[in-house]
Amino acid sequence: MTVAAEGSPPLRMARAKGNALLRSEPAQGLALISPTLVYALILLVLPILVVIAHSFWTQNYLTIDRTFTLENYRVALTEPIYRDLLWRSLCISLTVSLLTVLLAYPIAYFISFHGGRHKSLWLFLITIPFWTSYLLRVMSWKVILGYNGVLNSGLMGLGIIDEPSTALLYNSTAVIITLTHAWAAFAILPIFVSLEKVDRTLVEAAKDLGDGPLRSFLRVTLPLSAPGVISAALIVMIPTVGDYVTPKLVGGKDGVMIANAIQAQFGKASNWPLGAALSVTTMVIVTMMAGATVLVIRAVQRLAR
Amino acid sequence: MPEQPSPADRPRSERAMIEIRSVTRSYGAFKALDDASLTIGEGEFFSLLGPSGCGKTTLLRMIAGFDNPTSGSISVAGQPMEGIPANRRPTNMVFQSYAIFPHLNVEQNVAYGLKRLKLQGSEEKRRVEEALAQVSLTGLGKRLATELSGGQRQRVALARALVMRPKVLLLDEPLSALDKKLREQMQVELRRLQQAVGITFVLVTHDQYEALAMSDRIAVMFGGRIAQVASPKEIYQRPVNRQVADFLGGMNFVKGEIVEENGASLVVDTLGFGRIKTDKPKAFVRNGGSATLGIRPERLRVLWDNATAKFEVAGKVVERHYFGEITHLIVEIPGLEKPLSVTETNDFGADDIPVGTSIRLAYEPEALVAMAD
Repeated sequence: MTVAAEGSPPLRMARAKGNALLRSEPAQGLALISPTLVYALILLVLPILVVIAHSFWTQNYLTIDRTFTLENYRVALTEPIYRDLLWRSLCISLTVSLLTVLLAYPIAYFISFHGGRHKSLWLFLITIPFWTSYLLRVMSWKVILGYNGVLNSGLMGLGIIDEPSTALLYNSTAVIITLTHAWAAFAILPIFVSLEKVDRTLVEAAKDLGDGPLRSFLRVTLPLSAPGVISAALIVMIPTVGDYVTPKLVGGKDGVMIANAIQAQFGKASNWPLGAALSVTTMVIVTMMAGATVLVIRAVQRLAR
Repeated sequence: MPEQPSPADRPRSERAMIEIRSVTRSYGAFKALDDASLTIGEGEFFSLLGPSGCGKTTLLRMIAGFDNPTSGSISVAGQPMEGIPANRRPTNMVFQSYAIFPHLNVEQNVAYGLKRLKLQGSEEKRRVEEALAQVSLTGLGKRLATELSGGQRQRVALARALVMRPKVLLLDEPLSALDKKLREQMQVELRRLQQAVGITFVLVTHDQYEALAMSDRIAVMFGGRIAQVASPKEIYQRPVNRQVADFLGGMNFVKGEIVEENGASLVVDTLGFGRIKTDKPKAFVRNGGSATLGIRPERLRVLWDNATAKFEVAGKVVERHYFGEITHLIVEIPGLEKPLSVTETNDFGADDIPVGTSIRLAYEPEALVAMAD
């Protein structure tokens, strides 16, 4: 086939032309990502545009009024209920990402520095909880924290409490515990990768220059692994702000988050424009918070020098 | 081979800075270092020389405190080092990869170890600047490590260690990553610096010229054992065995029959060089009736035209290799198993001797030294 193609001049010319186009590196790169790019455009950018458009409209029962208005944003930003929900969502996601990074760092450190030949086995073990569905993992926390749950029976069996505590489940603490567990692996992996990149001779050099284990960690290992900490914090923070399932299942009345309110607007309340405005507001605030987190970690890193 | 002390084996200074006594480091059945004993004097420039895997870096890391002996003891400045971690030893190290902290600039790198000493701001600044001046890096303090050339990184590593004013500076192949010209320049500078600061330097290297050019004394190591400890000249001219002789540069080996052996000297009958009387090596163990003698290629001189010498051998040039300032001749001598290599400077036209020419070579009988196999 190739022989035949090369034998016919027009085909060869066409191919040469195509090659010339493909030879430029940007074109090659673009060709390589184009399927994903098209997919992302259709399923990510278009829906966001639709949401943004809706946020400037109003809904009158079943009909959408397409006159431009900022009323939805006024409601989203000033109505106490949405302000509180948004604030709570941000607090929960900030706490969750802080806790997750704090808990994930020692694990990543252990695997990277003391994992020896079994590093990949350790990483593999960490992924095991992800073999079951997210829903099941959230449900299992219900079993642990519930009225007749594992924790209550355990504490009662030990004689620490007399009757089951209702303070464990259906509040924001339950949401924080569940989310921290659910996102642990996503924080461990980036931190592990950045710790792997820390040149071990640098740690030795720090020791040689008089630093004990803690000081050499604080002055060399931690600052050099900051990129991993930043990405871990962002990977956890950004999706947890908008988490819907966890507050729905273990949050109760006290643990409702902004995503639940948005869902209500698109569902029962039938107010798509308000739901859209809440979504856009959340997106903007999350972006700002993510940027602020990066700046804070960088500033701390600079201070540590 | 057991070492017997001789004048050249003793440290230059009376006071010992590092004492290594029967140190062994094993990894399972493998001994990276096998019963090594060594005394390094105060203010000495001492080199550990050997091929990769000979245990020289292991020994250096044990002095620094990054590794511990399986048995034996190390003391620095009269203090036993057992149980003392690297951060509390009076030693500092220049790493092979330099280990410059990438998140800090040159000044911060050099000041790294000083921070812990809690010096006054001006004192710290003064010491950093002094250290940077010592390695000719004045004015580059604000540069990031990533903006430096290899040679500059090496100087930062040196300044960072020197600023701590250690009793011992350990250098792990510090010049191996530099190109030839820079390496030679740094050799001279390092030697000058060591003499200026007077700190004991322990250098690990696999480059024999580097060790010869810089050291007061050298320990040559093979397979985890110390083969010879002596001054560069002694090591080069009177290697204890063929392995050391070979590692330190070219050597022509000549076999002979021992005709006389007494306390201090040997008389050996060789085929090409006739009867040679030579000093008996310290640790000479007679192996039957034969002995190995060695002569360095530059100790053989080409005799031009009708010139004569008291001691000469005649042969035929079989190969000629040109190296710019010198020419390497391979000369076949009747009766000798292997042809001799001869290096001759090119000022008299050794580079023009055609292959196949019959020539005569002059030598001094003292240049032939006996050694163990």
